[in-house]
Amino acid sequence: MPTPFEYAPAPESRAVVTIASSYGLFIDGEFTDGTGGSLKSINPATEEVLSEIAIASDADVDRAVKAARRAYTRVWSKTSGAERAKYLFRIARLVQERSRELAVLETLDNGKPIKESRDVDIPLVAAHFFYYAGWADKLEHAGFGSNPRPLGVAAQVIPWNFPLLMLAWKIAPALATGNTVVLKPAETTPLTALLFADICRQAELPPGVVNIITGAGDTGRALVEHPDVNKVAFTGSTEVGKAIARSVAGTDKRLTLELGGKAANIVFDDAPVDQTVEGIVAGIFFNQGHVCCAGSRLLVQESIADELVGRLKNRLGTLRLGDPMDKNTDIGAINSLEQLERIRHLAGVGDDEGAERWTADCELPAKGYWFAPTVFTGVTQAHRIAREEIFGPVLSVLTFRTPSEAIEKANNSPYGLSAGIWTDKGSRILKMASSMRAGVVWANTFNRFDPASPFGGYKESGYGREGGRHGLAAYLHVD
Amino acid sequence: MSPSPVALIAEPGAVGDVTRSDAALRRFLHGLPGVDQVGADARAAALSTRSIKTTAKAFAIDLAISMIDLTTLEGSDTPGKVRSLCAKARRPDPHDPSVPMTAAVCVYNDLVGLAKDALGDSGVKVAAVATAFPSGRASLAVKLADTRDAVVQGADEIDMVIDRGAFLSGRYLEIFEEIAAVKQVCQEDGATAHLKVILETGELQTYDSVRRASWLAMLAGADFIKTSTGKISPAATLPVTLVMLEACRDWFDATGHRIGMKPAGGIRTTKDAMKFLVLVNETVGTEWLTPDLFRIGASSLLNDLLLQRQKMATGRYSGPDYVTVD
Repeated sequence: MPTPFEYAPAPESRAVVTIASSYGLFIDGEFTDGTGGSLKSINPATEEVLSEIAIASDADVDRAVKAARRAYTRVWSKTSGAERAKYLFRIARLVQERSRELAVLETLDNGKPIKESRDVDIPLVAAHFFYYAGWADKLEHAGFGSNPRPLGVAAQVIPWNFPLLMLAWKIAPALATGNTVVLKPAETTPLTALLFADICRQAELPPGVVNIITGAGDTGRALVEHPDVNKVAFTGSTEVGKAIARSVAGTDKRLTLELGGKAANIVFDDAPVDQTVEGIVAGIFFNQGHVCCAGSRLLVQESIADELVGRLKNRLGTLRLGDPMDKNTDIGAINSLEQLERIRHLAGVGDDEGAERWTADCELPAKGYWFAPTVFTGVTQAHRIAREEIFGPVLSVLTFRTPSEAIEKANNSPYGLSAGIWTDKGSRILKMASSMRAGVVWANTFNRFDPASPFGGYKESGYGREGGRHGLAAYLHVD
Repeated sequence: MSPSPVALIAEPGAVGDVTRSDAALRRFLHGLPGVDQVGADARAAALSTRSIKTTAKAFAIDLAISMIDLTTLEGSDTPGKVRSLCAKARRPDPHDPSVPMTAAVCVYNDLVGLAKDALGDSGVKVAAVATAFPSGRASLAVKLADTRDAVVQGADEIDMVIDRGAFLSGRYLEIFEEIAAVKQVCQEDGATAHLKVILETGELQTYDSVRRASWLAMLAGADFIKTSTGKISPAATLPVTLVMLEACRDWFDATGHRIGMKPAGGIRTTKDAMKFLVLVNETVGTEWLTPDLFRIGASSLLNDLLLQRQKMATGRYSGPDYVTVD
């Protein structure tokens, strides 16, 4: 019997990043104290307090919006596209230079494995800034008329699942198009945004063009409801998105929402089976399933369901769950206790509804927030776990018999953010893709992102597009 | 549930059924699930980011050394060259007896007797390339004679090549029968030579073909499937090895029988070797992490493994003059 090949711990060093004991608000190019109290940001893998974060009060929010307005009126709206591009290129380069620091900080604050923050999040952040830097002096040729104009001040509220990447998705197009921003990161993951503030200073971005304010829901509400913002961009839950849509109704604020999802990952009987298994894993277990476009509903052709699920379970048995700082970790920590409880609750609902739960055999660390990769089989469209977004490492498996049944089931959801199609038949890919009511359709892959590709939803998954040429439109008067 | 071709093979008599005619064999091989090239490449690349450090690295270095088929396949091979290769295989590092022996030496078949003598009862096996290696362009009679020649001289293992021309023109049964015939020669007159079947994946090119050729070789009785001759580039890539290991895994799931895997050609550094071991570990599992089921065909790799081993023992790098040149 051969000796098992045990991988020795390979921890990334946290010495590359310095975390201050407390952080203020980044307004008008300076860190200033907040007046709304403070909250603690913790490492969800260890429950260790990382830093104390200021909460922006209504007055602080007002101060930030005023700074952004001033910067817009006096500086940024008069800065040429080529000059704006220069700052964005600089930021992109600085993100690359400080990528290790950013990756480590992201992993500490968020709980995601270092291999993901190092190989996915941070490279995509840099790519986004490079991409939109390229557009800044070409807006007249982007297909929005000869004189596309910025909107003004953008209020941006982002989630905790891809903290710095969502910041990049928001800030890069806003700055490229000549807007100034006030951005609020999620309360559980503010640290990389605050490090980004330092990068803005290092890039000598004019004060007030980017303002970062921290806090929880109240701060976010004060920001999006502030009368002097021209544009609201939100990524997060559908519930909060609806509240924002209501608050913006009747104003002349422009709004884009990128909300929840319950994506169907559709597998036909001629799919390339080993790569499909990988794609299912990437679809739902990437980033602990904290992905709005996660492939959380596996729709598999009934004739191959048993074999595919068997292979999937074997593969899940090889996933390495544990210390997110270890370079060999595949599955990290759940971002917060609150989210962990939500996942537990919905998994419990799955049990109660009679679906069959299977959990990968892996030991969970004693401290921190963890949830082992879980698969529910025997799920139907009528189950809550097939309809509600769990936002965790929980896959619901449903079956179908014919392509038309697959289309019907895939679209039978209040959401419509993404979908996946697995088949060796090219014509079927095209037919299926055009039948999906989903903003992003992946064929024989899943959860692949590129700054040149627009991203956004149908139905309750939101409206507006981020990324690509389309992403510019959300920040421009295009009449 | 309608069983996939992979599941079908588990049924009694199935191998005979799928190989009873060219048409049946073609139906079976073309019914195997496809391989998506982008996805296979991505999986291999993802696994190659595993970080193998300290105790894991020490373990893997010794394991890799013990899996090497130390190879010389040159027109310029001489008895002297082969003798020194054999000495190296028995005692890779003259200063350190704790270094394991390599699994085998691999030579052309006219040098098998000499290698057998040089290796004696050390336990290092002798592998001979046969069947008109590397091109495989000869009649079956010549290929069988070539194989017999090596077996009679005492080769423990035969590394045969498939006829890629036959494969690419769809004559699968011909290859099946050829492999089966070579296998028979390996077991003639009480001989027990193991058969490694070289697919020469660099000439097959697509992963679908690699998967089909792997199954074809396993159906015909291969003990090992092997990527390459080392004479064609690309030779042993990670994704090709992944696809072949997946075939080994599926064959085991269907039949309960483990087939070995040998990537050969282009594996030169310790880092490369680690990636292959990780691939084995996470595709077919620990059971395959033995020289009985996984080999690495290489020559210069051994010295890099020895340098890394010295580095781990002493904490500093030595240099090329601290390992032997052959």
